[in-house]
Amino acid sequence: MATTVIPAQPASKPLNYLTNGSTIRSWLLTTDHKRIAILYLISVTMFFFLGGFFAMLIRLELLTPQGDLMHADTYNKVFTAHGMIMVFFFLIPVVPAILGNFLVPLMVGAKDLAFPRINLLSWYLYITAGAMMIHVLLNGGVDTGWTLYSPFSTQYSNTNVIEAGLAIFIAGFSSIFTGLNFIVTVHRMRAPGLTWDRLPLFVWANYATSLIMILGTPVIAITVVMVAVERLFHLGIFDPRLGGDPLLFQHLFWFYSHPAVYIMILPSMGVISELIACFSHKRIFGYKIVALSSIAIAVIGFLVWAHHMFVTGISLYAALIFSFITFFVGVPSAIKVFNWTATLYRGSISFATPMLYAFGFIGLFTIGGLTGLFLASLGIDVHVTDTYFVVSHFHYVMVGGVVMGYLGGMHFWWPKITGRMYPEAWAKLSALFVFVGFNLTFFPQFILGYVGMPRRYWQYPPEFQVLNILSTAGASVLAVGYLLPMIYFAWSLRYGPLAGPNPWGAAGLEWQTASPPPTFNFDETPVVTWEAYNYDEIEPKMEPTTLEAPVER
Amino acid sequence: MSKYFPLWPDRASTIAGQVDGLYIYLVLVSAVMTLLIFIAVAVLAVKYRRRPGVLPTPIEGSPILETAWSVIPFGVMLTFFIWGAVIFFKERTPPTNSTEVYVVAKQWMWKIEHMEGQREINELHVPVGENVKLIMTSQDVIHSFYIPAFRLKQDVIPGRYTTLWFKATEAGVYHLFCAEYCGTSHSGMIGNIVVMEPQDYTQWMAGGPSVPLPEAGKQLFTSLGCSTCHRFDIQGRGPNLQGAFGKPVLLEDGRTVMVDDNYVRESILNPNAKIVKGFTPVMPTFQGLVSDEQLNALVAYVKSLGQPAAGGAQNQAAAAPAGQPQKQVQ
Repeated sequence: MATTVIPAQPASKPLNYLTNGSTIRSWLLTTDHKRIAILYLISVTMFFFLGGFFAMLIRLELLTPQGDLMHADTYNKVFTAHGMIMVFFFLIPVVPAILGNFLVPLMVGAKDLAFPRINLLSWYLYITAGAMMIHVLLNGGVDTGWTLYSPFSTQYSNTNVIEAGLAIFIAGFSSIFTGLNFIVTVHRMRAPGLTWDRLPLFVWANYATSLIMILGTPVIAITVVMVAVERLFHLGIFDPRLGGDPLLFQHLFWFYSHPAVYIMILPSMGVISELIACFSHKRIFGYKIVALSSIAIAVIGFLVWAHHMFVTGISLYAALIFSFITFFVGVPSAIKVFNWTATLYRGSISFATPMLYAFGFIGLFTIGGLTGLFLASLGIDVHVTDTYFVVSHFHYVMVGGVVMGYLGGMHFWWPKITGRMYPEAWAKLSALFVFVGFNLTFFPQFILGYVGMPRRYWQYPPEFQVLNILSTAGASVLAVGYLLPMIYFAWSLRYGPLAGPNPWGAAGLEWQTASPPPTFNFDETPVVTWEAYNYDEIEPKMEPTTLEAPVER
Repeated sequence: MSKYFPLWPDRASTIAGQVDGLYIYLVLVSAVMTLLIFIAVAVLAVKYRRRPGVLPTPIEGSPILETAWSVIPFGVMLTFFIWGAVIFFKERTPPTNSTEVYVVAKQWMWKIEHMEGQREINELHVPVGENVKLIMTSQDVIHSFYIPAFRLKQDVIPGRYTTLWFKATEAGVYHLFCAEYCGTSHSGMIGNIVVMEPQDYTQWMAGGPSVPLPEAGKQLFTSLGCSTCHRFDIQGRGPNLQGAFGKPVLLEDGRTVMVDDNYVRESILNPNAKIVKGFTPVMPTFQGLVSDEQLNALVAYVKSLGQPAAGGAQNQAAAAPAGQPQKQVQ
């Protein structure tokens, strides 16, 4: 790998995907997967901070046992907005639609995704759905919780459930299109020589995610249509007074929404595999089993939905079976954690920021996964389901897992996406803020849940206050950890040192093209003659390579 | 621990200690697992940190190790599964000698009806050491009856009965929470479980005039006209309900169902859903005509008909030897 310093010659630089067209039109009508990834980056980040704003309102209200900051109805709308925005407009698209869109074609050596225009359409659907969601929020919000349980959502809520449901419906199609694109691209557009067992694990993870997206998402779409139909026409589907079955909704909802958890976490797991390989400078331990564990999670993930319903009165034997299968789905996740840890053995480990996030992911995901086993165990679940224990558990998986993976991936591929390095010291500091803030926010909630505080409570008995104060304090630290990258990433766009094609000394096709890549990714279609993670052919680097001292662009 | 930093809720039912035992086991195993992984990551990361000139050793993987760390954790998880399932089985199998209490949930209160006719709102008085079975339904949306001190929770669902049983062990006042989000005052749908020593409970139960629930049901049975078809002396147009409760019954479509709370309730609200063999679907629906409290009274009355020797309210109608639930010619 070239480590020589090349003097900058901006005038003679070949066009890259960022400089190839600068009009608004060239962005809004682009079919370049990398530009669409940037569009997603901007819009998803916006929704993340909007969802985060609602999270702060929740934490502030819960500082005191009395409901004093806002009215109960407002609080219900706030946590609903937090949940819907974070789940449907942040967690589901964040890694596939930003990093996946940018990287899958690069990693398979293709010029673009299989259906570039459908890719653009998926972003427009996302934006349409997002605009509707914001319209709902501006017009009084919705108070059903993101879970939309019937018959509350179909007969009792006086808020705009139908429009919110329609937003979810449309956002669902956005993710179906992304999944469709990935599946066809991975099947049909791999570079010559890039066999399935040479694919990067990030591609495997996104492939598994895509399977869930196209198989699961139609179910939630149908379910919200049913909610709308019952609300509009009083057709008895869920409300027993109309002859419906209230638990049917929960079966349908969780049939999608449990696999959706894997839509969120699998791509992040793929990111972690890339980070661990690069910063240990070696092939991932047990490549095949790590790749197949993603598929196993996608398949088994469809068979566990009723573990959300152990206290609804489903039959004793149904509960036993769903509990058992839920433990089974823990195995492929455990394999991943062990294999990542084993990859460190006899590696050459660098402590760059992306790797710190990978360590953070392993730690937090381990806690998130293990507490999932508490919930899978029937005797414990009866006590802690619908309490803060569950809230804490899924935030450990969703925020501790998905967001750590996403931030690690953003730092890792930032030089590829923008051509600039971020400031390492600031990034390490913010990673520390995120890790400490996260644990301070959510660990007390495990205790809170076991002590018995139900979720979605606007006011609570005074003995829960100290734990809630700790949680709110942690959320403030976490907020700083999330705001810092916004600042230094923006700073680096102008002042960051220019990155070479491969600043980290990483394996993978995306590092063999320029940073930022040209519009069609590669000057010539690469021919792959090596296995994935061929780190034995690359010299480990002590520092990321930069092309020159910081300059203004 | 302390009042300000609690680690446990009160422990006041027979099952609470068992749930805590499993919880402690899970916490210990998880702590060990987490520590092992943390230490492994920290030690390996420091020991094999990047140094100039030191190259990593490529390792392909190890099928033996990978099998080991799939099978062993799964074995440990099976202990979680079995232990949890055993507790759940107990939680879901009410003893036959339980005292029954009806619970009707609505936005945003809990209405309690004791068999003896005592009514309470957002409070439930129960004696120490007695098996209590709650038969619960909701008037509107889904709620959830949650008593942290008992480690028990059961969703309360409109249109059907769900049950929850417990045996309180410590006198005291404990939280009752609604645990399923149910709208504006979800967090206000709370109350107290008052566990009393048996003598105090008897005293409390004796206070205040009240009509026992089966007795109220009997009055309804007559006033709503049920008794014109469901007769005890001769075969009416509907099945004879004497002794029917708690026994299986053959349906027109060949299925057999247990005559339980849910079946009786369904037969009042949706009479044509499950027709007893030999009968014609002539009964009108009572959906919207009877409240959930009245339904509970009717169900309690039908139940009392099924227990010829039971104490408390008794039917003065036809004597015990009703025998078969129904025998009917075409």
